[in-house]
Amino acid sequence: MTEQLLTVDNLRVSFHTRAGENQAVRSVSFRVGAGDTLGIVGESGSGKSVTAKAIMDLIAAPGEVLGGEIRFRGESLRGLPQKKWRQLRGNRIAMVFQDPMTSLNPVKTIGYQIAEVLRRHKGLGKEAALKESVNMLRKVGINEPERRVHQYPHEFSGGMRQRVMIAMALSCDPELLIADEPTTALDVTIQAQLLDLLTQLKQQSDTAIVLITHDLGVVAKVCTRVVVMYAGMVMEEGTVEDIFYRTGHPYTQGLLRSLPQRGGANRERLVPIEGSPPDLIDPEPGCPFRERCPYAFEKCGELPPMLETEGDGHRSLCWLLEGGKRTLAQALEERGEAAR
Amino acid sequence: MRRLIIRRLLQTIPMIFFVSLVCFALVKAAPGDPVKTFLPPNIHQADIERIRHNLGLDQPAYVQYAKWLKESLSGNLGYSLVNHMPVTKQILDRLPATAGLMGAAIALAVLLAIPLGLAAGSNRNKWVDKLVNLFAYIGISVPLFWLAILFVYFFSIKMHWLPSLGMHTIGKKGAIDVIKHGILPCSVLAISFLSSYVRYIRSGTISQLKEDYVQIQYAFGSGKRTILFRHVMKHVLLPIITLLGMSMGELVTGAIVTETVFSWPGIGSLGMTAVRGLDYPVILGITLFSSLLLIIGNLLADILYGFADPRIKTTR
Repeated sequence: MTEQLLTVDNLRVSFHTRAGENQAVRSVSFRVGAGDTLGIVGESGSGKSVTAKAIMDLIAAPGEVLGGEIRFRGESLRGLPQKKWRQLRGNRIAMVFQDPMTSLNPVKTIGYQIAEVLRRHKGLGKEAALKESVNMLRKVGINEPERRVHQYPHEFSGGMRQRVMIAMALSCDPELLIADEPTTALDVTIQAQLLDLLTQLKQQSDTAIVLITHDLGVVAKVCTRVVVMYAGMVMEEGTVEDIFYRTGHPYTQGLLRSLPQRGGANRERLVPIEGSPPDLIDPEPGCPFRERCPYAFEKCGELPPMLETEGDGHRSLCWLLEGGKRTLAQALEERGEAAR
Repeated sequence: MRRLIIRRLLQTIPMIFFVSLVCFALVKAAPGDPVKTFLPPNIHQADIERIRHNLGLDQPAYVQYAKWLKESLSGNLGYSLVNHMPVTKQILDRLPATAGLMGAAIALAVLLAIPLGLAAGSNRNKWVDKLVNLFAYIGISVPLFWLAILFVYFFSIKMHWLPSLGMHTIGKKGAIDVIKHGILPCSVLAISFLSSYVRYIRSGTISQLKEDYVQIQYAFGSGKRTILFRHVMKHVLLPIITLLGMSMGELVTGAIVTETVFSWPGIGSLGMTAVRGLDYPVILGITLFSSLLLIIGNLLADILYGFADPRIKTTR
């Protein structure tokens, strides 16, 4: 067991809207070990980004963190004074966001913006910070960094801007990098390049990464552990192998089936998950997925606990797995049901 | 960048021409006969015709315009019908008084508007914002002449702190005396400029603070103050350049009301006197002069904007 870098326990975040309290995140728990790459997967509105923002204490009104515990290297982050937060953010915990087109200040040079982070956290002087910015740009694969460092964001393409954001995030050599759908706004070839870059940079340092994505392909490519989220809750947690080959939750199964398979000679049809996620204002009790679950039975009206299944730290929120460690497929076989 | 400047310069030429045409047409269209205004009522009709002929007023309008334009371009704006002094000289004589007053008022307004607008915008709907907003609304809605009279009543008549009229105390000389006279009109003007500048800066701050890059700055450990001064301020000040360019025209004539109330010997009060006396050459001269300044102001603002905003430099 590696040392826990980040632990999130029972995190709850709500948004107070006119229609009522939107429980965007209800009870999310997971762990990130030092040097881990954790993927958080889920469809839009599952609470992935809200979880990430809550870790960084960036939830602003009308949102509110209602409960739970977040620990970073054993130290509680809840209720940390703003002054401490400012020393932490961008320094020990950094974040890369979804849309690189709007992430940078359009009237300041790239160099200024990277150097600002270095000057704040590393106490570098103007010249030294700019020099280091050039190094960072080179590291993230930007050609002619000496010239580019003096340019403005509009002179960079989307993929290049995301590289700049990564350079900015990694400039202070953080212990944890949270990447919130870093490739979603970019086209597929650029996506692959950026993921390669992230994995490559990861190998050079021991920065742990929390990668938020809705793309299981991305997860398979770069992550070691995975958290599957749905309707503000963790459905399944485990290693990439657990999730893909020893699937423990019907929702995960649904996600995997909606993914195109390589070399599908029999021209297999993609199977979508029927229905839509539940309303998070006044959600009904019980398993949030039961409305869409092909195997739902009476017991699903009650919220299941996280149950241990086959594998290392592999857990799943499903009544089907009650009574002994096994995968979803095994559990279904036992019940005499075929996978639907 | 050079292309931008050249293009803007070329665009200015037809604009100036058009403005001069409008100025001329407006004066021509105004009611009242300049000749009759200045002649005794019992004068002979033949004399009126003779004066008309001498002044060139019997010629068709386009000939009059062409002559006027030609002279104006060489700096001769004609002579006042009232005191027969050259209009150009009168305007230039009064320019320092007006430019000094307006320049001080605008500078004061900008200097105060930046911190007030940023404070209000970054504390939206808190008491600072409400207070700043309240004063801005008052400053925009209250008529200048009324505010001016109120100031005179309170600061001059009641408290005897400051002089209420003119630019000099008779028999006294020196900058301090002029500044003392200038404080009241300058404050009144500054309040009016300040009120609209503050609104611009406030709304700019509010919209910038909603931008993604601001949220992301928080994620990199920036504090509110750093974000406001290092990132938001530059965005917010850009439109002020345009606003300042627009006030170049006002720099000479915007003070008509204020100058009249305080008897400030500037171009505004010169214009007021000219209007009262139907002194066409002076009215025309001042209108043309301020229009020209407005055009130049806008030109400068555009060019400055190009230097200040990196996104403009590279676009053609």
